[in-house]
Amino acid sequence: MSDLAIRADDNTGNDPLRRAPLALGGQTYASVTETVCAVAEREGTTRAWRIAFAVSATLTLAFFASIGYLIVTGVGVWGNTNPVYWAFPIVNFVFWIGIGHAGTLISAILFLFRQKWRTSINRFAEAMTIFAVMCAGIFPGIHVGRVWLAYWLAPYPNQMLLWPNFRSPLLWDVFAVSTYATVSAMFWYLGMVPDLATLRDRAKTPIRRTLYGLFALGWHGSARQWHRYERAYLLLAALAAPLVLSVHSVVSFDFAVSQVPGWHTTIFPPYFVAGAIFSGFAMVVTLMVPARAFFGLKNLVTVRHLENMNKIILLTSLIVGYAYGTELFISWYSGSTYERFAFFNRAFGPLGWGYGLMVLCNVLVPQLFWFKKCRTTPWIMLVVAVLVNVGMWFERFVIIVGSLSRDYLPSSWGHYVPTAIDLLMLVGSFGLFFTLFLLFCRYLPMVAIAEVKPVLPVTKPADETA
Amino acid sequence: MNHDRPSVPETPQVVAGLLAEFDRPETLVAAAARVKAAGYRTWDCHSPFPVHGIDPAMGIRPTILPWLVVGAGTAGVLVALVMQWWTNAVDYPLNISGKPLFSLPANIPVTFELLILFSALTAFLGALALNGLPFFSNPIFSNPRFRRVTNDRFFVSISAADPAFGEEATRAFLQSLDGVAVVEPFHRPAAPPKIPAAFHIAGALAVCMACFPPLLIAYARATKSAKPRIHVWPDMDSQAKYQTQTAHPLFPDRRSMRAGVPGTVAVGRLNADERLYEGKDGEQWVTSVPVEIDAERMRRGKERYEIYCAPCHGLSGEGDGIMAQRALEREEPWVRRSLVDDYAVKLPVGSIFNTIRHGKNTMLPYGAQVPPADRWAIVLYVKALQRAQNATIDDVPEELRDKLQ
Repeated sequence: MSDLAIRADDNTGNDPLRRAPLALGGQTYASVTETVCAVAEREGTTRAWRIAFAVSATLTLAFFASIGYLIVTGVGVWGNTNPVYWAFPIVNFVFWIGIGHAGTLISAILFLFRQKWRTSINRFAEAMTIFAVMCAGIFPGIHVGRVWLAYWLAPYPNQMLLWPNFRSPLLWDVFAVSTYATVSAMFWYLGMVPDLATLRDRAKTPIRRTLYGLFALGWHGSARQWHRYERAYLLLAALAAPLVLSVHSVVSFDFAVSQVPGWHTTIFPPYFVAGAIFSGFAMVVTLMVPARAFFGLKNLVTVRHLENMNKIILLTSLIVGYAYGTELFISWYSGSTYERFAFFNRAFGPLGWGYGLMVLCNVLVPQLFWFKKCRTTPWIMLVVAVLVNVGMWFERFVIIVGSLSRDYLPSSWGHYVPTAIDLLMLVGSFGLFFTLFLLFCRYLPMVAIAEVKPVLPVTKPADETA
Repeated sequence: MNHDRPSVPETPQVVAGLLAEFDRPETLVAAAARVKAAGYRTWDCHSPFPVHGIDPAMGIRPTILPWLVVGAGTAGVLVALVMQWWTNAVDYPLNISGKPLFSLPANIPVTFELLILFSALTAFLGALALNGLPFFSNPIFSNPRFRRVTNDRFFVSISAADPAFGEEATRAFLQSLDGVAVVEPFHRPAAPPKIPAAFHIAGALAVCMACFPPLLIAYARATKSAKPRIHVWPDMDSQAKYQTQTAHPLFPDRRSMRAGVPGTVAVGRLNADERLYEGKDGEQWVTSVPVEIDAERMRRGKERYEIYCAPCHGLSGEGDGIMAQRALEREEPWVRRSLVDDYAVKLPVGSIFNTIRHGKNTMLPYGAQVPPADRWAIVLYVKALQRAQNATIDDVPEELRDKLQ
């Protein structure tokens, strides 16, 4: 029974008679405020943060430099060529947009299901969503070739008297991704307003007071404000939950609506959504494990939180694995030579190593999470989460490049090789993501202070006088 | 921000209301019920997080925000459907593989996204607007103690604007509440702060400047101009490619126009049959048409003639085409060229063929528009016209002569 007991420093037990606490260390309202704000209010920066920031900022610069080189030179700097015109840029796009989905899922769907453990990680996950969507949005933007004409994607009255084709999945993508970015940003910001007010009220310098004050909008925590705020938050959650499902479904339509063998399949929308949640949760764990240790948030983001996320990773890994199996079965059952070949080629063709890596990282490695030891040991979950991210990137690579390089006519087959710019952009997009993330950790409330307080296990705060 | 107001204010201050501080959410709820029962109307509770049970205690009615969101969502659906139908089916019907111009399944994704977008924008902006945010100069921030409202303290505030407010009486009432820690006033400036004139001038200037672009667009739409349209990006006007009559750095002769490889003939360009392609037999014009003559070719010749030749030469070949009539009407110089006079009748067919191909005098060459087989068809039709225009009654078959009388 020892693994069921809930101890003061460990809330991973499952005592059926006691609700496990969601914060450890005898937290009070003031100590929650102090713990979270201390990160954003620290004087100067630590050496570790500076080194991490220097590395990620350098990669970000390399990212934008390579985009500049692409714009002035042309898309020939990529390895994209006949027949693989959708290579790394689209792989990276789908990868990043999928990463983003866990943030919305944690925020919105867990909120609607009244999962209170979300409160410690939702801010963090929503920030990840925004940054991932920013990385994702860049890739289709530069993939259009003539970047300066990307505004043609929007329906606006123009001198060419033309309108976009609203029956094209690529246009649906424009609407889905831009709506997703807008709604995620509003959801994130609305949730953060009370916490920005906290930082405003604690600010010691005029510049911090002015900037946090500006973004806190004059929030004064009135009951009438909270009433409308909670209702707006619930509405946004209820809107974001179906939105996140629609976004990755629409992304999958980019493939499923075309007639390329290996793409033209009805399983894609749920398969893509499950994969997105899978990779997104893995990214939250990847970021959370070091961040909670580094910024002293172990009592708010407890092992139980991580364990819960690992359980979701395990579940979505099973869904993704089931989808892989279904794909193989349907390609055989379809009786279509091209479908059968597409999947034979995916597993045993020139990119078969990518398929093997995908199955290993996405289906086999997460099975470790059946063991409680693995679900609750930070370094093990970090390794698994990183491998899941690798696997999910390769899943998109295998689907996109594998299917395009060998479709119908063998005379039209080709082999895809990425260039140095392709690789630099992939690495650079991680640089952008981590740069934004480090800035977020340093200057904004990483944990939703106002949301953690109501779920504190305490019933009586420690006696403090003003 | 106003909460940074110095402790000794420069402008005269008056009491804007009273604050009562609590350290527990439960005592705040109990206090709220008593404030409501005491008949105050312009008052509020403040807390670091939403306190459950405070809404009934304060008598807060449900917000209308959900209804605004429902309205915005409906508007989003309508806007999306009308936009997709009007742009793709009405204003510029876009035929994609023969699919219907407007069919709901293909239009659902965009409709759904706009439903969400409109609703979410309304939920977000509506919540801010209903909450009166942004509002930076709230007098409640004048009390530094209130800064703990975003940390660990709970407050009841009663505004001096409340009809039941009296500074001493209200203070005594607040102090009588269970669990109250402190009661303190908060202040506002006695007179509303003046906005500097420079702000008004800058605002007026900004509004005037903002009117320029729409006015220019309206002017451009209302007037006509011979100038080409302005392109934001001149990609189509100056393209990065080698054009005819320009230098090319790659070839030794520096020409961007390339001749065919010597001794080769492009597919379909051999044209070895001199009679068929040149209308010549050695140095002589051919005198008979080198293609098969049938009714189909005659009809083709008539059709081609009426397209390419009749505008000048006229439908009957007498040179009275619409161009000739127009020149006559406008008294412009025009050389009327009949195809059915004695001179034309005597021309060998090869010569007519050659004229169609290369032009003659003021007539432009039609070789590029009319391929050789069609040229011969036209020649045939011209010969038919010549025959018809110079016919006698003897040329008409006996049984039809009566009809001509």
